[in-house]
Amino acid sequence: MRCAAIGRRAVLAVALLGAVAACEREDRRFKELPAAANRETGVRVSSLEPGMAQQQAEVKSPYQENAWGIGEGKRLYSAYNCAACHGVNGGGAIGPPLMDDKWIYGAKPDQIYATISQGRPDGMPSFGGHLPTQQIWQLVAYVQAMSGQVKATTAPGRNDDQMGALPESRQNPQVPIQTGHR
Amino acid sequence: MVHLQSVIHPAGIEAARIGDLWWTMFWICTAVWCAVALAAMVAIGRGRRAAAVDLPDRQISRNVAIAASVSIVALVALLFQSVVTGRALNTLRTPDALRIDVTGNQWWWDVQYENPVAGLRVTTANEIHIPVGRPIAFNLFSNDVIHSFWIPNLQGKIDLVPGRRNELWLQADKAGVYRGQCAEYCGLQHAKMALVVVAEAPDDFERWLAANRAPAAAPVTPEQQRGKDVVEKGPCAMCHNITGTLAGGRTAPDLTHIASRSTLGAGAIPNMHGYLAGWITDPQAIKPGNRMPPPGLSSDELQAVLAYLETLK
Repeated sequence: MRCAAIGRRAVLAVALLGAVAACEREDRRFKELPAAANRETGVRVSSLEPGMAQQQAEVKSPYQENAWGIGEGKRLYSAYNCAACHGVNGGGAIGPPLMDDKWIYGAKPDQIYATISQGRPDGMPSFGGHLPTQQIWQLVAYVQAMSGQVKATTAPGRNDDQMGALPESRQNPQVPIQTGHR
Repeated sequence: MVHLQSVIHPAGIEAARIGDLWWTMFWICTAVWCAVALAAMVAIGRGRRAAAVDLPDRQISRNVAIAASVSIVALVALLFQSVVTGRALNTLRTPDALRIDVTGNQWWWDVQYENPVAGLRVTTANEIHIPVGRPIAFNLFSNDVIHSFWIPNLQGKIDLVPGRRNELWLQADKAGVYRGQCAEYCGLQHAKMALVVVAEAPDDFERWLAANRAPAAAPVTPEQQRGKDVVEKGPCAMCHNITGTLAGGRTAPDLTHIASRSTLGAGAIPNMHGYLAGWITDPQAIKPGNRMPPPGLSSDELQAVLAYLETLK
């Protein structure tokens, strides 16, 4: 009887220790080491190559497995007005949607990087030099997350914007003021 | 002694009322504490001998009645003064108040002086100039999480809530520089989300407002011109606005008159040449987690940007 009680306590203690270990999350890397941050990609923009196609090591975003970095990408997506062309949640507008499975210029991280950094014909501006490379990589990780290309445990778990408004019949009455601006 | 941030050194009528309430609470609580401490010491001194003495029931109930009525009187007095103070804080409202919009961001304050004419509005950040002796109405907004606007020398605090407009009225009666502080935990750099309030004579205020309404000063020397080019072509312009240049970002503090402000990084560091250079080189070392990434300028680009920014008086 006594042994069983001690055994139960031991199991509980081990379970609690396990729970403590689960509190560990990844680091927030507020600034990348220069080498990682300044990593440009050698991405090929054409699949045609003379002779035998060259093997290239896959280039991953330094933030692909970093929840904070992807969250930053999500914030930058609206801060830099990506939403104006690609839609608030990547649903597309005058720019192509980003939440679907169609990729005009490729879905690999280095290809997405090239798209943001160098721009693409017919409308995509080139942000290279205007954004720090660190932020472009954060955007790359977020663009991947929009179509579910990163682990669910790493991708943002909620939207920061306010959830759907109440119907008009339930709005609080407000006293209008004229501010003269937004 | 300068009291930059102190509830008990009020510089306006609203803060004076809060200061009075604070002192009432202080003295009542002091009296209660002394009475309790004295009673405890008497009880300890008498020890177990007293337990043997049987007090008549009537005397016990009289003692309890006295203690209860003193507590009730003290509590009602505090409640009464609280309500009176709360009502008095709402009496400044007048149509000719100066209206200033303050928007909380992680972790800085966006400040706009209202004007019906769009071109006459003044935008600045983390530093608010107000005229002495005139009621000020703050419209308070938030762009991200809940912040709280608190200038202890001038008024009580009120929250900035995303999607809502809150209003705070105050009036400074004494000229001076007062420090404000975000008073609602809002993330990693909540502690370094301060603001400076400069209360000055109405004439000085109007001069300041006119100076800040003007677009940014044009660069004079070739190095300043180069700095302006770096700002416009590089990453700075993606977030910062400098009126009169191509830098038109709206997600970071307005830099049109950055050189006239006394602090950088929402009160994190003083606005001086070396600090400014350090901030631009590596903002994450000074205020880790803030939204400004290291822009990766070369050293001569940095010097040019410094030369330019320091002309933006």
